[in-house]
Amino acid sequence: MEQIVPATQFDLRDTPLRDVNAALHAPDLTGDFVVRHPAGAHNVAVGLDAPVTVTVDGHVGYYAAGMNQRADVVIHGNAGTGVAENMMSGTVWVKGDASQSAGATAHGGLLVIEGNAAARCGISMKGVDIVVGGSVGHMSAFMAQAGRLVVRGDAGEALGDSIYEARLYVRGDVASLGADCIAKPMDPEHHRELGELLKAAGFDDDDTSAYTRYGSARTLYHFHADNTSAY
Amino acid sequence: MTPQNPDSRARLGLRESATFDRTTIAAIQRAADTGIYDIRGWGAKRALPHFDDLLFLGASMSRYPLEGYRERCATDVVLGDRFAKHPLHLDIPVTIAGMSFGALSGPAKEALGRGASEVGTSTTTGDGGMTPEERGQSKTLVYQYLPSRYGMNPDDLRKADAIEIVLGQGAKPGGGGMLLGQKISERVAAMRTLPQGIDQRSACRHPDWTGPDDLTIKINELREITDWEKPIYVKVGASRVYYDVKLAVHAGADVVVVDGMQGGTAATQEVFIEHVGIPTLAAIPQAVQALQELGVHRPAAGGAADRKGVQLIVSGGIRNGADVAKALALGADAVGIGRLQGLALAAAGPEGVVHMLKLLENEVQCVLGNLGLTSYDQLGPEHIYMEPDTVNPPHKLSAFPLLEEGY
Repeated sequence: MEQIVPATQFDLRDTPLRDVNAALHAPDLTGDFVVRHPAGAHNVAVGLDAPVTVTVDGHVGYYAAGMNQRADVVIHGNAGTGVAENMMSGTVWVKGDASQSAGATAHGGLLVIEGNAAARCGISMKGVDIVVGGSVGHMSAFMAQAGRLVVRGDAGEALGDSIYEARLYVRGDVASLGADCIAKPMDPEHHRELGELLKAAGFDDDDTSAYTRYGSARTLYHFHADNTSAY
Repeated sequence: MTPQNPDSRARLGLRESATFDRTTIAAIQRAADTGIYDIRGWGAKRALPHFDDLLFLGASMSRYPLEGYRERCATDVVLGDRFAKHPLHLDIPVTIAGMSFGALSGPAKEALGRGASEVGTSTTTGDGGMTPEERGQSKTLVYQYLPSRYGMNPDDLRKADAIEIVLGQGAKPGGGGMLLGQKISERVAAMRTLPQGIDQRSACRHPDWTGPDDLTIKINELREITDWEKPIYVKVGASRVYYDVKLAVHAGADVVVVDGMQGGTAATQEVFIEHVGIPTLAAIPQAVQALQELGVHRPAAGGAADRKGVQLIVSGGIRNGADVAKALALGADAVGIGRLQGLALAAAGPEGVVHMLKLLENEVQCVLGNLGLTSYDQLGPEHIYMEPDTVNPPHKLSAFPLLEEGY
């Protein structure tokens, strides 16, 4: 019979954050961990690189699960600026809302925000998949390079400004599109891709045909400039 | 409309003036013809106050020199001992500044790493991430953490010996990098997650923080991720240096890097290169004043051996050992070089970089010995002479306010 190992508990009321993060960086780490009473602390569970689960029981401040690799982190609360910034792999799941720059520059993995995300969601994203249950704020997917951003609600102003090759799917209204970002047709490939993302985030029932795809018009890929080789 | 040819322009009878000289007129005509703006590399071409305006007061009656080539003086420097578990110990007070992989090729990065390692100093990555060649060849490697975060990888962060958070560059404070299509090779494109061959603008602002309060949290994140092992530098392009240095120290930097407007760039808008930022020479006293007021400028040399300092690295237009020594005399703990070793590399390969770095060290030692000093942190403004300007007496807005107050 498989032995059930109880989750390791950390309480941020009496354990310094530095000790918690150091413990989560232990070599060859496995298992389940719970962080209690985060009380809005910054930098909770950052720099993980192990196939573990971390449950954070409350609200967190900036950069929760920043640069995550392989770990599955669930935040039972709201997340501050830069949740899962520069994530490489694994999943980060926010049960509440997220502040600015959620998933900024992230290269891989899946970020799910069940509530809303504020401005600059997915800024400079480089391969991550982000699914937002609610709406996103202005300048979301700014300079987004790769990956997919799904928004079940509305998007704020200047969505996808200066976007490269990331794919955006928005179900609701878009206040305005940023420079070089345009609506694109939904081919079967895109319905399939969107359906898989919604399913991964637990929104299986959404009708993919209610969504619009946005991406780069690629008109800003070459400068209108001179003297580029003059020294 | 067909642009007028130069002959027909000559017939218009344009005569240059002091304000509208022939270069200015040509630039206006080119702008009118093409409607496109200038992007270029290298650095400011205008004349600026620089280290040439300073001279050393060699030993004579009142001071006696060291025996050159016999009495050694120390030129090693420790960087980042304020909070980091593993500060850097460099054999010479000269570091190789950050340059992007893309602007420089893999072999060039490798050669700089070999050269720097041979003389016991550090190299720095740049926009576009860390290459295995560079990591492999550099004994001490500083990893730049840039607004674009191209190629930013926590594995590389952990492999680095120090982390440099880049806010700006002297050639273009407030401006992001540019890398033109011809340099976006397959490998560069893959490292940056960009389509091959596009002209590329790096972001000018960090995507997940703005301002000093956020920076404090960001520095803590980087420390937490790397278990407080690595020194964290904050690099600013010289503009409001006094305030920026103070804010960087408050935010928790171990080392502050100030890059003056003579600093080089691979490519940026001409209008930034020539008109944004302040000269290296004007920047150093501001930075030193900020560090002194916070009690973190060379505390050991000032008698507070138990207090940890914040080191100052200065870059932008360093050309030889005299420039290095002058920067140190003004209060820098080390200097960063860019075009200097680029020129050496182009002239004579990796060997050329080693030659050049060894000569720099030699020149700094010569100057120290000549002044009768046994280590660089004894170098101070009192060893420097500045041509008195009787027509324009020193003014509080001068480039050298601290010198005039006797620092």
